[in-house]
Amino acid sequence: MVHVSMTVNGRHVSAEIDPRTLLVQFLRDNLRLTGTHVGCDTSQCGACTVHVDGAAIKSCTTLAVTCNGSSVTTIEGLAQGGKLHPMQQAFQDNHGLQCGFCTPGMIMASVDLVNREGFSPDERTIRHGLEGNICRCTGYHNIVKSVAQGAREMGAAASPRAAE
Amino acid sequence: MSATGIGASVKRLEDIRFITGKGRYVDDVNRPGQAYAYFLRSPHAHARIDKIDIAEALKAPGVVAIFTGDDIAADKVGGLICGWMIHSKDGSPMKAGAHPALAQGKVRYVGDHVAVVIADTYAQARDAGEQIEVDYTTLPAVVDPAKAAEADQPVVHDAAPNNTAYNWHLGDKAATDAAFASAAHVTKLDLVNNRLIPNAMEPRAAVGDYDSGTDTITLYTTSQNPHVARLVLSAFIGLAPEHKLRVIAPDVGGGFGSKIFIYAEETVCAWAAKKIDRPVKWTADRTEAFLSDAHGRDHVTHAELALDANGKMTAVRVHTIANMGSYLSTFASSVPTYLYAPLLSGQYNIPAIYAEVDAVYTTTAPVDAYRGAGRPEATFVIERLAELAARETGRDPAEFRRQNFVTEFPHQTPVIMAYDVGDYAGALDKALALADYKGVGARKAASAAKGKLRGVGFSAFIEACGIAPSAAVGSLGAGVGLWESAEVRVNPIGTVEILTGSHSHGQSHETTFAQLVSDRLGIPIGNVAIVHGDTDKVQMGMGTYGSRSGAVGMSAIVKALDKIEAKAKKVAGHCLEASDQDIEFKDGKFTVKGTDKSIDFASVALQAYVAHKFNGQELEPGLKESAFWDPTNFTFPAGVHICEVEIDPETGVVKVDRYTAVDDFGKLINPMVVHGQVHGGIAQGIGQALLEGAVYNDDGQLLTASYMDYCMPRADDLPSYTVDTIETPCPSNPLGIKGCGEAGAIASPPAVINAITDALGHEDVTMPATPQVVWRAAQKALLKRAAE
Repeated sequence: MVHVSMTVNGRHVSAEIDPRTLLVQFLRDNLRLTGTHVGCDTSQCGACTVHVDGAAIKSCTTLAVTCNGSSVTTIEGLAQGGKLHPMQQAFQDNHGLQCGFCTPGMIMASVDLVNREGFSPDERTIRHGLEGNICRCTGYHNIVKSVAQGAREMGAAASPRAAE
Repeated sequence: MSATGIGASVKRLEDIRFITGKGRYVDDVNRPGQAYAYFLRSPHAHARIDKIDIAEALKAPGVVAIFTGDDIAADKVGGLICGWMIHSKDGSPMKAGAHPALAQGKVRYVGDHVAVVIADTYAQARDAGEQIEVDYTTLPAVVDPAKAAEADQPVVHDAAPNNTAYNWHLGDKAATDAAFASAAHVTKLDLVNNRLIPNAMEPRAAVGDYDSGTDTITLYTTSQNPHVARLVLSAFIGLAPEHKLRVIAPDVGGGFGSKIFIYAEETVCAWAAKKIDRPVKWTADRTEAFLSDAHGRDHVTHAELALDANGKMTAVRVHTIANMGSYLSTFASSVPTYLYAPLLSGQYNIPAIYAEVDAVYTTTAPVDAYRGAGRPEATFVIERLAELAARETGRDPAEFRRQNFVTEFPHQTPVIMAYDVGDYAGALDKALALADYKGVGARKAASAAKGKLRGVGFSAFIEACGIAPSAAVGSLGAGVGLWESAEVRVNPIGTVEILTGSHSHGQSHETTFAQLVSDRLGIPIGNVAIVHGDTDKVQMGMGTYGSRSGAVGMSAIVKALDKIEAKAKKVAGHCLEASDQDIEFKDGKFTVKGTDKSIDFASVALQAYVAHKFNGQELEPGLKESAFWDPTNFTFPAGVHICEVEIDPETGVVKVDRYTAVDDFGKLINPMVVHGQVHGGIAQGIGQALLEGAVYNDDGQLLTASYMDYCMPRADDLPSYTVDTIETPCPSNPLGIKGCGEAGAIASPPAVINAITDALGHEDVTMPATPQVVWRAAQKALLKRAAE
């Protein structure tokens, strides 16, 4: 067993874990943060996407011990002060989800995409940026619309004047 | 139309929990003291099991128990069943090989279940599984369905000589042969409908939980139809009587058919939980899902279309070999028969149709219903034939279809179906306009100028869904009735709970069903809760598949709401001192006809429970009603999809440049949701046409068992779609709904392939039309053009 400690959604957590414990197992099994899902175990589908120190990673192929001392944000930590994150709201507004299983990872990847690509990604940029996240329900049409709206709203929130 | 009523694009009520990570899927369920199951699977496609030695594995850390097929059989737990009886041409019943939950004596596909290890942690169970020693005598695999019935092939089930489950047929052979004999033109095609792996994003999972105090088993499972699961586990597999078996399907992350079926793992977890008196949890990893979820499609077909001199379709003749895999899965036998051949008339008036289907066993995973189930295969046949026939006879593919459309309803086809209503030309006209069909020539020229090849392809599909009248499907071999149930519970303060036998795993029932209730009762949509997926809460139901939740499930709710309204009027009559015959109900208010005396719905609900204003012996207190709805016919959604592709002949890459869908789903409850269903279906169909295909090698090893090998459609593989609808209300249910869940997947594969063959000037390219396939065809086409 090894000791691991990190900050998850702003809360300090630590535990003694089997060294082979994956970050997603640590989140789901130890912390019972079950919003992060496992869809493929091979970092292909992106259902397990979370942010580690501000960048999106696939938690199904990341050992928890490698995140020792890091700050992790999961889908449960995205909404602030009881208010949905603009990307969460955009997915609801645009029917960007159906069964909901890929959605947490899709939203976390989308926020990261906006962080990297800016507040007005075009359709091509969005589609390319999400190729590491598989959705079987929506055909991506409404996810693309969701991300475009989410990006705009994130921009407006970051710089209210610029949005006007 | 109110903002939350029928026809409004209401944002989904269920979304909040999904976008905040608060969904509750089976893998999120954890029971106190639970152990974990690992399934040891066959590494061979076909082998005799000579010996299983579990001695060393039992000593491994954390191991609680290890079971094999003999242990389950000793407990008199039966094998898995196929619930739809098909009879061969000669009248003999289908030959269903035994399907034990854990193999007995023989394994029949890679991934077949050999043993289950239960341990304190999943890692321990898996580690111990590697210490089980199994002695196999390997046997030759049989993989190719086209050869499976040949005499020299290894036999998968002794009960099924020539690996044949049944030789079935439908239609009038003599009339069809006569029409072909006198045809002016015959179009012929050999088609392969590629094998697909469903890949709902949530892998299957199960938690079995046993309460020895009440001798009750609870099974949490990823199911589209928990009541059917309970019925099969109880009545056929014999796990426990129904009142001692609770099945819960909580949030389920997509199904597409693959979660209809009763599988080995779920059965074993429920059984083992009682056996060891401890909760048992299993969650598939993705490779297990690839290996052991029921696959879809996998047809090899020869098809012919006869035309008269005027281009009128006179007959269709089809021979199909359907690969059933190693065992007959829960509804597998119905898919290449009654869900397939009755749709071979398409949208067309065709006097004679004859179809023969040979269902064969191979040493591959079982094949069963996958989004569309039989109807995509039929649509692929008829729409590929129609497109090719138009080209061969020099006719415009749109006008050739129009010429042959059914225009008068009801229309009895020669293959069972009675089409109730439709406007096929209306959908075609709208699709032609939206797709700018007139501009295709100019766009083709523009592509050619860039060295690209552009093609346009049509698909005028029809499907039968909302399945179906129970007596009708019973006469065709179904082991169950296909009605749906609903219960409406009005609470004393006027909020409403709807208990439905339908199950939502992405279909948005919590919103659309609530819209229906809000509309009908005139109450805020937030005052309605939809309860589903728990056999202890909902008494009985048939679940969600075949695009039936709207047409059948919502109709049951309407019927129960009718009863609620009738009862509430009586209560209102007492409150308003009027006869219930004089009470009108509108916009949430009960009014005495011709007066301004009224009472709102919530007040009536309260009075129904307080029961002070009426005699409780003459009128029962309370406000709760239930109903079962059995439809009078299938529903017949139909539409026209037009795909436009641009191909780079140097790389073989196909870009879907435009995709237009105009569908007739009858009345729409929530257009946003309907469009979403169509988008998803189209993506799966484009996936089938361009990207997806299960590949077994000659030894029966599945080569496409991960997302690195099986090409799932990703965001950058697909375009945005142009989706619209027309509306001819369905006459066989009170809401006029036809169903929209499968249409996209049914319509799109032939539209895409027709577009590619148009671009290449080829009669066929196989699915998936990968860059390699298309590059080869493109090079041939270019050589041919150069030679001309």
